[in-house]
Amino acid sequence: MKIDLNTVKKIAHLARLEFDEEGAEKMKKDMTQILDWEEQLNEIDTEGVEPITTMSSEENVLREDVVGEHLTHEKALLNAPQRDSDYFRVPKVLE
Amino acid sequence: MLSAEIKDKYELVVGLEVHAQLLTQSKMYTADSTEYGNLPNTQLSVITLGHPGTLPKVNRKAVEFAMKMGLACNSQITRRNIFARKNYFYPDLPKGYQLTQDKGPICVGGEVPIALSDGTKRSIALTRIHMEEDAGKSMHLAGEVDTLVDFNRAGVPLIEIVSEPDMRASEEAYAYLVEIKKLVRYLDICDGNMEEGSLRCDANISVRIRGAAEYGKKVEVKNMNSFRNVARAIEHEFERQIELIEKGVEIISETRTFDATTGTTSSMRTKEDLNDYRYFPEPDLSPVIISEEWLESIKASMPSLPRELHQRFVHEFGLPEYDAGVLTDSKEIALYFEELCSLTRNYKAASNWVMGPVKSYLNELTLHISDFPIPPKRLADLIALVDEGKVSFSVASQNVYPVMLESKDSSPLEIAQSLNLIQQSDEGSILPLVESVLAENPGKVAEYRSGKKGLMGMFMGQVMKKSLGKADPKVATKLLTDLLEN
Repeated sequence: MKIDLNTVKKIAHLARLEFDEEGAEKMKKDMTQILDWEEQLNEIDTEGVEPITTMSSEENVLREDVVGEHLTHEKALLNAPQRDSDYFRVPKVLE
Repeated sequence: MLSAEIKDKYELVVGLEVHAQLLTQSKMYTADSTEYGNLPNTQLSVITLGHPGTLPKVNRKAVEFAMKMGLACNSQITRRNIFARKNYFYPDLPKGYQLTQDKGPICVGGEVPIALSDGTKRSIALTRIHMEEDAGKSMHLAGEVDTLVDFNRAGVPLIEIVSEPDMRASEEAYAYLVEIKKLVRYLDICDGNMEEGSLRCDANISVRIRGAAEYGKKVEVKNMNSFRNVARAIEHEFERQIELIEKGVEIISETRTFDATTGTTSSMRTKEDLNDYRYFPEPDLSPVIISEEWLESIKASMPSLPRELHQRFVHEFGLPEYDAGVLTDSKEIALYFEELCSLTRNYKAASNWVMGPVKSYLNELTLHISDFPIPPKRLADLIALVDEGKVSFSVASQNVYPVMLESKDSSPLEIAQSLNLIQQSDEGSILPLVESVLAENPGKVAEYRSGKKGLMGMFMGQVMKKSLGKADPKVATKLLTDLLEN
């Protein structure tokens, strides 16, 4: 499957990524290669086979509704690119 | 302003998406607390923050709450549930995707019965109910360069209840929301508070020429924080869209935001590009399989639903529809009333007491029925006191009831006795009063006998006055009639 530049741009936009022309070309090539490789799967007959959604065969791995331990406030904010004493800070988003 | 004639050419089509925050202790896929109102960013785990290498795990109770809502709406319960990632980038979503359900939502189809003010009843069809998680909370403060984010809410369990485009009037949408709120509160799965955001509603609104087979392009309206505002937004959109169509302008599918101060909507962004969520099955969560046994145990734990109680109050207790509606408004009042009716046979009197003196006391003091000082048994005793003719309803409600609210110990009978309020219903004690009233008013007696029957009220008043309000009106009327007519 061939990925065109518009698709690269669209996916980049959805992921909030920016590429210059050269980068976009490289992405186009890489993504095409990935999809080509995955296309080999189409050779297998999957008629009547239920799609799997997880790699494990476990079912009903559920948690009881009990509160566990929280990260400390300091630890929670540790990796924030920007923060103050209470909040994560991000560039202004306005709807 | 649109003329009624033009408006009448068009039909309104509304579908609602309601998000209900579930009343669990912990989050949907992690053990963080869901408690509301704590310091920002203190109820977090590495899972909520989307750190690499972390694994979510489904909260059993959240699944059960979703099942309950589905059962209450007669939905089909999906036996094999998988989850999906809804991918989008926004600062309130640390993982970069929301863990939700896409194909195979836990509840499929179903309906919500509504009643309109003119008495019309109909059912609004549901498309689905699915489980998902809430996002964090962003704050855009004036004068602040950054947006501040609190992730305490991120991961709180939600169900999204999606209706078919089945509503045709803003009043129907309002009634539908009232019903959803009632249901989640009866089921005890959500506190139903729209102002505080535990119930949120987006409306999909379109118009079409009456009789048209196709729906018009739909507009999604957000940011309505009360049922009233949902109805206002729908009314506004109906007119706005008709005006555009009448001018020959095409409606575009977009998301609009409602402004409560002006009652109007304005465009937020066009949807086309952003709507590509690239759903795919969540590989980190194993399927949740609902066995027959599990489903049956949830069915067995279902409380009475408002429509079941409503039916029971009308058919078993013989109450008017209106009474049944008022009494089932809140689960707690309905249950109080139900208990009261197991203690008295006079259901209509019980209804009058609960709708009247009980509710007005609660409203006046903004109390909850659980704080009401008179348990059903004592109120039933008071009803019996009236039924036995010991006190009249007005004495019961104006004299005995207020004392009962204050004193938890004495029985209604003891209170009536201590206040000397017990009605006289033996003819022997009332007869002398009747005789003396007639003797004092020979002129009026003559007038009555010559046909002025309206004087009966005056005689009754006199008798009641002489008895200090304690004469049984039935007995007094009988004695007066006997003496006057013969």
